[in-house]
Amino acid sequence: MSELATPGPPKRRRGPEHLLTHRLARWVDSRLGTAKLARTALNKVFPDHWSFMLGELGLYCFIVLVLTGVYLTFFFSPSLNTVIYQGSYGPLRGVEMSEAYRSALELSFDVRAGLVMRQIHHWAALLFLASLGVHLARVFFTGAFRRPRELNWIIGCTLLILAMLNGLFGYSLLDDQLSGTGLRIVYSITLSVPLVGTWLASLLFGGEFPGPDIISRLYVIHILLVPAVITILLTAHLAILVRQKHTHFPGPGRRDDNVVGERMWPTYAAKALGLFFLTSALLAFLGGVFQINPIWIYGPFDPAEVSAASQPDWYMGWLDGALRIMPGWEIRAFGFEIPNPFFPGVLLAGLTFTLLYAWPFLEARVTRDHAEHHLLDRPRQRPVRTALGMATIAFYTVLFLGGAADVLGATFGLSVNAILWTFRFLCLLAPPVVGVVTYKLCKEMSARDGVPTASRVTVREIPRRLRHGEERDEAERESPALRS
Amino acid sequence: MTDLVEPGVAGPDGADPGPQERGRRVELASAGCFVVATLAALALAVVYWQGGQPQAEGVLLALTLGGIGTGIVLWAKHFMPTDEVAEDRHPLESSEEEIAEFAADFEAGQSTLASRRILLATAGGACAALGVALVFPVRSLGPRPGRGLKETPYKNAPIRVVVESGDPVRPADLEIDGFITVWPEGYTDAADASTLLIHFRRDQDFQPRPGREDWTVDDIVAYSKLCTHVGCPVGLYQAQLGLLLCPCHQSTFDVMQGARPVFGPAARALPQLPLAQDDDGFIIATGDFSAPVGPGFWDRGR
Repeated sequence: MSELATPGPPKRRRGPEHLLTHRLARWVDSRLGTAKLARTALNKVFPDHWSFMLGELGLYCFIVLVLTGVYLTFFFSPSLNTVIYQGSYGPLRGVEMSEAYRSALELSFDVRAGLVMRQIHHWAALLFLASLGVHLARVFFTGAFRRPRELNWIIGCTLLILAMLNGLFGYSLLDDQLSGTGLRIVYSITLSVPLVGTWLASLLFGGEFPGPDIISRLYVIHILLVPAVITILLTAHLAILVRQKHTHFPGPGRRDDNVVGERMWPTYAAKALGLFFLTSALLAFLGGVFQINPIWIYGPFDPAEVSAASQPDWYMGWLDGALRIMPGWEIRAFGFEIPNPFFPGVLLAGLTFTLLYAWPFLEARVTRDHAEHHLLDRPRQRPVRTALGMATIAFYTVLFLGGAADVLGATFGLSVNAILWTFRFLCLLAPPVVGVVTYKLCKEMSARDGVPTASRVTVREIPRRLRHGEERDEAERESPALRS
Repeated sequence: MTDLVEPGVAGPDGADPGPQERGRRVELASAGCFVVATLAALALAVVYWQGGQPQAEGVLLALTLGGIGTGIVLWAKHFMPTDEVAEDRHPLESSEEEIAEFAADFEAGQSTLASRRILLATAGGACAALGVALVFPVRSLGPRPGRGLKETPYKNAPIRVVVESGDPVRPADLEIDGFITVWPEGYTDAADASTLLIHFRRDQDFQPRPGREDWTVDDIVAYSKLCTHVGCPVGLYQAQLGLLLCPCHQSTFDVMQGARPVFGPAARALPQLPLAQDDDGFIIATGDFSAPVGPGFWDRGR
């Protein structure tokens, strides 16, 4: 710093300090003190395990979503004005359609690199949700949500909901036959909320379905509001991760009061950068080679028409399946009614996410384990949690398959009614069966490992000593059975 | 971030002193990846310049990104340190003294106030009032729901029914087992007024609902096309069974029995439209649907 501040006689030697990057770094450092901060960052320790990359995958998908999405906004026009298509896709020439649908067609056929960008965007959304789902499962089954990480669990659940909604809003913008059908279902579910449903639906859609304003509103929500909130929450998610440091799996030298892994710089950072490029490469390949959401086949939205086998994107499949599996019940009393879609569309979805948010607190209350945990569980060590998790996955898998009942029926030549009846029973039967089998398997596997499961060991983790920075007792620290 | 690294607790020295030859090969492979990426990127530019081709663009972009990614990963895995280090965790919680110091700083100056409670209460009240006032503009987003959900343009009955092109319909236009979608004349854009005209067979044992005995014309019955589940158009008619099927969620309605739901999540029959013929022999609606069309809502019965 002092060298730059006090210019001395010019040196002959061209050492590294004369490189532009070096001088620039010095310039910045002298104003912000970045070297000190950066050194801490470079030495940040990241435990290494393949499952810790799942959330990272989601982050990279989000970056690809933003990049491709910005490109798409340059060409898409969210307007419901009626126009006559005159573009280069022959079969639809002369057809009356909305400005939104036309601009989506033009984006696909007449804008160079438009189709590949649109398809990468859609594939990235599918993979984004998949990464979030698997990341959530990893965090759940390894107990990474326990104290002190409940906050990040809550942020993560919110990110999942936002991602799902924004995916739905995104493919609803194009005003093709499939997306219009999806919006119709969104409208009806909104309408089904007791007391306020009619008002909610009218305010959201700007009137009765199809509503004059819904596309332009969803556009602002899809490209501005939700991405902004996701970015803020994502930043908080990562900041909390840095503050609390990463969890790690049990192993030699790994304790609840340390974190063992690679330094961020250079290996971890390089691998993460490599993973970002490889994720983007996969998405580019999928977007180039595998057709996704071919809106020109669906045609423009006509409220009086619907195509058979209307399916949402995969992450909404469980909700669509729930709508199908639900028996035809409605509650009517005193001239008021609770419409059928309320139960699967509002109640089930509400319960799902309430339970998800509440899980860390429920578990802590039931197990009376309020201690800090930085060592992860192996799923088999927690048979009850693992069994409940697997039962839940079984339930939503049945719902998801229920969403494909008509496709399954057509593919296997079965009666759709028989399939739906099967799923109605399965969504009640599969969770307990899967839960019990998982429980037994966990017990069996941990018995084979010779590691006692949580139900036989009272886990009292390090709390007080560590929290108050007292000296740690070496013997006590190594005693709990889980560490073996 | 006051943590300092305490290196060298765990993990062996990861630097593999393997033969120089192997390192040389990986170096070449990594460089090769970057070369492939460069070539693919150039090819991508050429493809774009030549008019673009989605598959080629996707594959070349994948090669470019994948080449860079693979090159970096090879580089990292073989030429960067892989030693494990352990970093101590420090308690996240603040100590009691720190909390006390914070509280003291936070409360600084309050002693100069005679009554903080009045200020807090009034300031809180002002913020709450601001919040309430800011909610009101939400009302601008849409019209009052009103009767819109309970009425359709058929309320202007008697009114002719027309097909999408605007042409009126005579009973003879529908063959037996046939069905068409119609709207009230002048309202073919009304999403809530799409109606199915179905010409059933004499042998199908059509049972009109009580009070609707004269709502059909020459074995033609009219139902709302909107499913009573979530409002998808009920687009599939199985003429042999006399069943209407909604392709969205598989609700099934029995046309012969007032379109009552016989399977699936729908809980209410499709509303029926009273039909008649005008002096020119065209089919007309003599009133609005027998019930509000489409999905249910809280005060539908009111």
